[in-house]
Amino acid sequence: MRRSVPEKILQIITLAALLLPPVSSLAETIHEERSKYRDITVTQVGERRCLLFNVHRGDRNQTCMMVNDPDLLVFDYTRMSFAGMLLNSAPQSILVIGLGGGSIPMTFSDLFPDAKIDIVEIDEAVVRVAEEYFYYSDTENMKVYIDDGRPFIKRAGIRGEKYDYIVLDAFSGDYIPEHMLTSEFLGEVKTIMTEDSVLVANTFSTSRLYDHESVTYQRAFGEFYNFKLPTSGNRIIIAQLDTLPSRDELVEESRRLSGNLEKYGVPLTDYPRRLNTRVDWDMSRRELTDQYSPGNLLRDN
Amino acid sequence: MTIEMLGARILSPYFGGSLSVWGSIITIFMLALAMGYLLGGRLSTRRPNAITYAMFFIGAAAFSLPVILFADPIMEPIFLTIEDPRYGSLFASIFLFFIPTSILGMISPYSVRLMVETEEHSGHMAGLLYFISTLGSAAGTLGTSFYFVLWFEVNQILWGAVAALVLAGGIILLTDYMQKPKTADQSASYAKKRA
Repeated sequence: MRRSVPEKILQIITLAALLLPPVSSLAETIHEERSKYRDITVTQVGERRCLLFNVHRGDRNQTCMMVNDPDLLVFDYTRMSFAGMLLNSAPQSILVIGLGGGSIPMTFSDLFPDAKIDIVEIDEAVVRVAEEYFYYSDTENMKVYIDDGRPFIKRAGIRGEKYDYIVLDAFSGDYIPEHMLTSEFLGEVKTIMTEDSVLVANTFSTSRLYDHESVTYQRAFGEFYNFKLPTSGNRIIIAQLDTLPSRDELVEESRRLSGNLEKYGVPLTDYPRRLNTRVDWDMSRRELTDQYSPGNLLRDN
Repeated sequence: MTIEMLGARILSPYFGGSLSVWGSIITIFMLALAMGYLLGGRLSTRRPNAITYAMFFIGAAAFSLPVILFADPIMEPIFLTIEDPRYGSLFASIFLFFIPTSILGMISPYSVRLMVETEEHSGHMAGLLYFISTLGSAAGTLGTSFYFVLWFEVNQILWGAVAALVLAGGIILLTDYMQKPKTADQSASYAKKRA
């Protein structure tokens, strides 16, 4: 069968495209800096701008945004962080540990303009980059603190402060802050929670650490939702002090709220069936404590 | 070095894992060792003997006990009074690590004095001691950061270090008791243990 000329050209282009390096390496680097903790790179391909940590060691994108549609959440795990709304749909105070490009707190600020939003980021360079390249800025109700998450939460607990919605997003990247994986830390997190508060932790879905971490969360909270998507390598833990709502309640909430989250690209109605309480980890693994927390060593095997 | 490596882990629940916490720990260990070298050298001029030498090991072990037993009561008031994690971790490091590390620092110069018999040999002996103690430090660092934290709890590792120090002190006392005139030759192998 003879092919038309345009078809042939198309074929050649397709072949050429396959032979070219993947898109990410064609990305234009618009900013590079070495901070106290990591190498920070900002790249842009078309309208898609990404923040990367330690790119030379092969880390993937930390966070991305569409410059022409800044509301849209590009990654599964950022979208998944809003599944906690199924348990608490109207938080008045929100705590986010780990700023990244700021997409999670900015979405909260957009959704709940009256809520108080505290963000804790250990690396001031990340804050600068988020402000300069990802449109992050403090507002009257939203403020970023340069601090380590653990002492920040410990102090908040001593002062008797409570948060309705807590996002732990400090674990992506090259190094795991081991002091934020322990049962003592989760105990401190619990002191800043009320019965209605929801904790959303972006954690690890692979390696031995998955088992250890699951055991630790289970001891601290009892049953929790394990939230995984086939399209994402992330696992999100969703926990509450109160007993978890039933599947039906989740479905009902997701229908009620999905409209609010549409413009961010969060498919909330898909989430309830993905929230699982089934134990799929080795329960004999040792709980992580301040005395025993070799997270970085456990991840490697 | 084992204790130094664990220092960050002990401080992190209160002061976090920021770079400044490592900075505090290393600073205090360096200052404490400097003080220890100075004092140990000074002490070695006054009738150097194996019993004093053994006491360094046992004393370091005794002053390491608060790190195991009272770390929380020591760090909590510091955490509550000093908001800045840099100075918080600096003060916590002083209270937890300064004294035991100073005493450990006294061992090196004192060992030189005990081992050196003639002037020509002094450089050789000092070199040998630095070799052993630094090698021990390297082993302590690697062992702790690669393996011990994976196998044991922090306090178990610290108890191990305390036991090693007491054992070293005990062996020195015992050999001194058994063969009065000949303590010097033995000391080198004990110095190793301090890592």
